[in-house]
Amino acid sequence: MLGLSRNDFLMLLLVLFLVAAAPILLNPFPEGSSLAQFNAGYPDLMQRFLIFGIFAVGFNILFGLTGYLSFGHAAFLGAGSYAGVWMLKLLTINVIPAILMSTIVAGVFSLLIGYISLRRSGIYFSILTLAFAQMSFALASSVLQPITGGETGLQTNLNDPRILDGANTSGNIPAPSLFGFEMRESIQVPMGDWLWTFNVGYYVCAFVLLIAFYIAIRIFRSPFGMMLKAVKSNNERLSYTGINPRPYTLAAFVISGMYAGLAGGLMVAMDPLAGSERMQWTASGEVVLMTILGGVGTVLGPVIGAGIIKYFENIFSKINDNMLQSWFAFMPDGLESFMVAVVHPFVGKGWHLSLGLMFMLAIIFLPGGLIGGIDSVYRRIFKKRAQ
Amino acid sequence: MAVALEVKGVNKRFGGLQALNDVNLLVDEGRIHAIIGPNGAGKSTLLNTFIGRLKPDSGSVMFDGKNLIGKLPHQINQIGVSRVFQTPEIFADLSVIENVMIPALAHRDGIFELNAWKPMRKETNIRQKAIDVLEDLGMEDKLEMTASSMSRGDKRRLEMAMGLVQEPKLLLLDEPTAGMSRADTNNTIEVLKHIGDSRGLTMIIIEHDMHVVFSLAQKISVLAQGTVIVEDAPENIKGNPKVQEAYLGGAH
Repeated sequence: MLGLSRNDFLMLLLVLFLVAAAPILLNPFPEGSSLAQFNAGYPDLMQRFLIFGIFAVGFNILFGLTGYLSFGHAAFLGAGSYAGVWMLKLLTINVIPAILMSTIVAGVFSLLIGYISLRRSGIYFSILTLAFAQMSFALASSVLQPITGGETGLQTNLNDPRILDGANTSGNIPAPSLFGFEMRESIQVPMGDWLWTFNVGYYVCAFVLLIAFYIAIRIFRSPFGMMLKAVKSNNERLSYTGINPRPYTLAAFVISGMYAGLAGGLMVAMDPLAGSERMQWTASGEVVLMTILGGVGTVLGPVIGAGIIKYFENIFSKINDNMLQSWFAFMPDGLESFMVAVVHPFVGKGWHLSLGLMFMLAIIFLPGGLIGGIDSVYRRIFKKRAQ
Repeated sequence: MAVALEVKGVNKRFGGLQALNDVNLLVDEGRIHAIIGPNGAGKSTLLNTFIGRLKPDSGSVMFDGKNLIGKLPHQINQIGVSRVFQTPEIFADLSVIENVMIPALAHRDGIFELNAWKPMRKETNIRQKAIDVLEDLGMEDKLEMTASSMSRGDKRRLEMAMGLVQEPKLLLLDEPTAGMSRADTNNTIEVLKHIGDSRGLTMIIIEHDMHVVFSLAQKISVLAQGTVIVEDAPENIKGNPKVQEAYLGGAH
């Protein structure tokens, strides 16, 4: 189906189902219950799951297939964001031109950086990409201020030209929309004790993610994808096989850069604001973590890794000492404050610590990431049955 | 007889060691040409200059009217020169069939092709070609095996399949049977003979196993201390005093 093998098609259907039903699946706890803060089914967070999912899926085409570890992909995400906001400002508040232009601009930008960085491999490549991204970050926050808005960032204004929409200088700043449907619009459906929120922007992201995911599967299973795997496996041998590895890696670099730009475009389509911090090295590092946590070189892994990291970032960071006290309230006083003291560093502002621990555990015990782990468990069960 | 490969005055010095010293070689088209010689004679170094791995200090290597010196490895391969490496250089993480399909794709699509949409499993011609070659080498039962998990002998056979699937005009074999069992060695000899006869493929083979050399070669060059000391038909090699001196250090 759709040019996919049966297994890949089933995987695509699974992702389709998960993404479509996420507003319900991610809200398992009734509204107002003490566990409701673990619900992730609100538009803002779900959009981020998908956007970073796209970013990581694209990153994995470079890192997972060719083994080239870029530490500068946030630069393409940032460049895409700026391009997107400019389209919203200059052309139209409709998100389609913004998303397309983000992808194109990031593609051109990654062609330039990739062409230079790919002259080296291994750690030198990583450092070159890191250097370029930090340069972009520094430029965006200082000298390029007219284009990027400097440290305050770039946003839409009421008096933007918006050539296609016609001038509009009264009322509120228009919100990004798709043919009249504003991204921020939501339908809330109360269902018993539960509250489900279906958001326009979320489903736009979902649609784009499915296409991006589908394209990634096609690339993974194509002759081109196989050549990229060969680059990772034995780059030198490939050249004695009559293949020039450089254009292959450059193509992978540009494709993953375009995915990053697409993610940046979606970000500003959801919230028309772009800041230079999006280009910082921590943002580049985050996508590396997502990919590794989910499973390098697997099609599905990065999406899952992105979801987990964004969940931690948004949910664990909200847990404060009051909540901890209420959880451990059933314990005797001394033990309660002890438990709160023990758990305290891992939540709230300390969520990075939990994430770091989890990342370490995954690296040590699941070298293939979460998908690799699931895969090996599945195989073990399957083998036992076969015997 | 037409000349397939003409090596003229190739020199290569590594520091104080003259690894190749004015090497001249004529390889006839459609023949199997063996290069033998004691360890360290410069045999592998010589092959490295043919495929762009090593640039000689001087000299030329003409193939098909083109000088191979100064060309990049992938360009040389696309001209029609494939090499089977001494230490298996395979795509260790990929399956056996993928290892063979990659060179087959390179042969069909050239140096670069952005073929990112067509699923690999629809490349039935390429797959069939790879299977045929692997069958010739008796590896049809190992198609989906991960290359790194194979025995050394099987890796050598895989290497050979990777070279043969490209239907090269010139095949360079660097100790193709090292690490193989006797039975596999004999099978490999048969396969190479068959390919030499049926396709008229030119081959250069470096080998220590004299059984392989004398079963296959139609011409033999003896390399010692970086220079060709004898080039002759196989029957004239064994009794040649120069050859005996090279191998036994003059103590005959």
